[in-house]
Amino acid sequence: MKYLNAPALKRWGSLVALYAIVTVMTGPPGNQSSPTLGFTSSFSESVSFFGLFPAPRGVFFAALFVIIGGGLALYRRTALKSVLSGARTAVAPRYAALTQRKATRGVFYAIVLLVAIVLPHVVTDPFWQSAMVSQIAIYVLLAIGLNVVVGFAGLLDLGFVAFYAIGAYTTAWVTGALPAAAPFHHAINPFWAIPIAIVFVMIAGVVLGLPTLRLRGDYLAIVTLGFGEIVTIFLNNLYGVTGGSTGSNQIPHFSIHLGPLKYLWGLDPVPYYYLTLGFVVVFLVIFSALEHSRVGRSWVAIREDEIAAESVGINPLKYKVIAFAIGAASAGFAGVITGGQSLFINPATFTLSFSINILVLVIFGGMGSIIGVVVGSLIIQTVSMYLIHTPPAGFQNSDLYIYLGALLIAMMIFRPAGIWPSKRRRREIQYVATGEELDQINGTSDVNGETV
Amino acid sequence: MKGAVVSGFFSYFTSHFATLGHEFWPLLVGGLATGFIYSMVAIGYTMVYGVLRLINFAHSEVFMSGGFASFFLTKWLVGSGNPSAWQSVLYVVLGVLVGGLAGAAIAALVERTAYRPLRRRKAPKLAYLISAIGASYFLFNLAAKEFGRINFAMSPPFVNHALFQFANAPVEMLDVITLVVGLLMLFGLDRLVSKSKLGRSIRAVAQDAETASLMGVNIDRTIAVTFLLGGFLGGAAGYLFGLKFGVVYTMGFTPALKAFTAAVLGGIGNLRGALIGGLLLGVVESLSVAFVNGAYIDVVSFGVLVLVLLVRPTGILGESLGRAA
Repeated sequence: MKYLNAPALKRWGSLVALYAIVTVMTGPPGNQSSPTLGFTSSFSESVSFFGLFPAPRGVFFAALFVIIGGGLALYRRTALKSVLSGARTAVAPRYAALTQRKATRGVFYAIVLLVAIVLPHVVTDPFWQSAMVSQIAIYVLLAIGLNVVVGFAGLLDLGFVAFYAIGAYTTAWVTGALPAAAPFHHAINPFWAIPIAIVFVMIAGVVLGLPTLRLRGDYLAIVTLGFGEIVTIFLNNLYGVTGGSTGSNQIPHFSIHLGPLKYLWGLDPVPYYYLTLGFVVVFLVIFSALEHSRVGRSWVAIREDEIAAESVGINPLKYKVIAFAIGAASAGFAGVITGGQSLFINPATFTLSFSINILVLVIFGGMGSIIGVVVGSLIIQTVSMYLIHTPPAGFQNSDLYIYLGALLIAMMIFRPAGIWPSKRRRREIQYVATGEELDQINGTSDVNGETV
Repeated sequence: MKGAVVSGFFSYFTSHFATLGHEFWPLLVGGLATGFIYSMVAIGYTMVYGVLRLINFAHSEVFMSGGFASFFLTKWLVGSGNPSAWQSVLYVVLGVLVGGLAGAAIAALVERTAYRPLRRRKAPKLAYLISAIGASYFLFNLAAKEFGRINFAMSPPFVNHALFQFANAPVEMLDVITLVVGLLMLFGLDRLVSKSKLGRSIRAVAQDAETASLMGVNIDRTIAVTFLLGGFLGGAAGYLFGLKFGVVYTMGFTPALKAFTAAVLGGIGNLRGALIGGLLLGVVESLSVAFVNGAYIDVVSFGVLVLVLLVRPTGILGESLGRAA
């Protein structure tokens, strides 16, 4: 770790900076009439650790960071360092061998699926049951979709929420819940909205992608960000079509009428959970098949070096548009589920914050790693929901966004490949560790950090 | 059929031009004033792009922090009093300075925490973008938490009356101040970058960082200075914007997106391009009020961005990394 080799002043300086940031970040809010209130009371307000060690926040966190800094200093000076790294090198190959065996992986996935199926019967708290659908399962779905765009193809899409919105509004439209005339005479079941919405968002993905995916990566990011905003502006202002800022609140529930088989999804979130879970599994299977297909390998080639990929006959634009459309499809589908479950939709849901939230899930889990993104989404969304459901003293829901922003920076600095890197990235990291040229992995980088 | 469409189009535009005729000069003046603000923010994008080849997504929050810093200063200075003429001048100068310094401080902080560690590691470009978005999101929400979530009108440090008529458009004190401050800063920066030793090192890094470092240019310091300069103009622009529209934690988002459009329009990496792009975008956007519903103004400037990127991605004056910037 580079931190440990830095000069003492730098090490303690960064700890002090981190201390100030964390203390203010987690502290009480201020207001406009006394702008420094939030900052000062972040240090002066009293706090305790589960009733223990009551102290002003400033002192409390200072003690915490002194312990952390002391621990790191101890780690640096003593034999602990070599013991730990020795243990790591001893365990790593065995762990790798275990995880790479096909049978172990199969058992692991089976256990995870089983847990997912049993979960709603164990967790009976209504908050968690509803959160499992609308805040966890749907987010997993969106994250694995965005992972195709950001992780596989390396395209930073900041307007992902637009596809989600299009999916939800298409559902409202075909079920006759919008001011705009529905395409069918009688109200139809949201199930029929699934293929329609997916076709719609894929078309939207192609229409947005064809012109913009020729652009360089950073331009693409800002254009997609603009696209997300534009969609929201239209949703807010086309009263006659979208219902304006109030949106729609009459989307019918899902139902099945197949001969003798009749089932109506009602207000209970659990059936929606299973419905979403089923589709999550379907999408997971599709996406992991895609990853190792010709298309998936083309994405990796384009992501790593577009010019080289082009020179071996890959059409970058074509594969980028495919990535865009496929990623959009899962977002569109998530939109249908959201519409059918929550019954009402309005533009306030589909904000830039939402896109960034999904991006955080992908980055945290590991760009390009499907299992990592799933695990990452589960962790972040569960922790977020826990904080919202049982807030610690002084916590406000909007504080979450601050933490997510900080997390993005921290991940990029300390663990850019995510908590569970894809196999390919793990190999890349290993090459770096064994002293292979970094340039061979990230393309030749000059001082600007630009891939030439 | 085709004829009908064309004549329909024609009558649409002529009828709108008729309303435009009456409103033309006021819209032009308003557009130019906004354009100067866009230009000042665009400078920040364009300079950072020059030396790092990346879009500083956190620049919108630099703009916002400048607005907030000068807002609190102005509130403290003006209070409920009625400032005299010389006080007004002093307050505006202080507002610009404090806004600019706050912007510069935040920009330098972002560079230090979100970019420098990645540069050390020679991270791929995607990593910079993501960390920049993280920084932007962090600052945005932190400001919301610390300062509240409503729009605050800035207590005016001067009496904003119409100074004179330009054609049929009244030109207000605020427009004149925006114009003077904008021109002074843009001119000063242009001189600084093209004449001083500091500017030479910035241009050298923009042209070829590796060679510049071999010639004894301290790259880290040059990049930090670039962020400071861009941040100063961005923060000062935040003050001018706040005088007109008030300050709120979301204030940076739309102007920054437009300033970026302006930077691309003029030719990214090009200082004079940022000025031209900003003014042009301000005017186009302002005049488009005559043609489209006000709610869709942002759609117009977004359309301009996409159009420029598709048709002439190098902008009006051309990307001139290292030559003018």
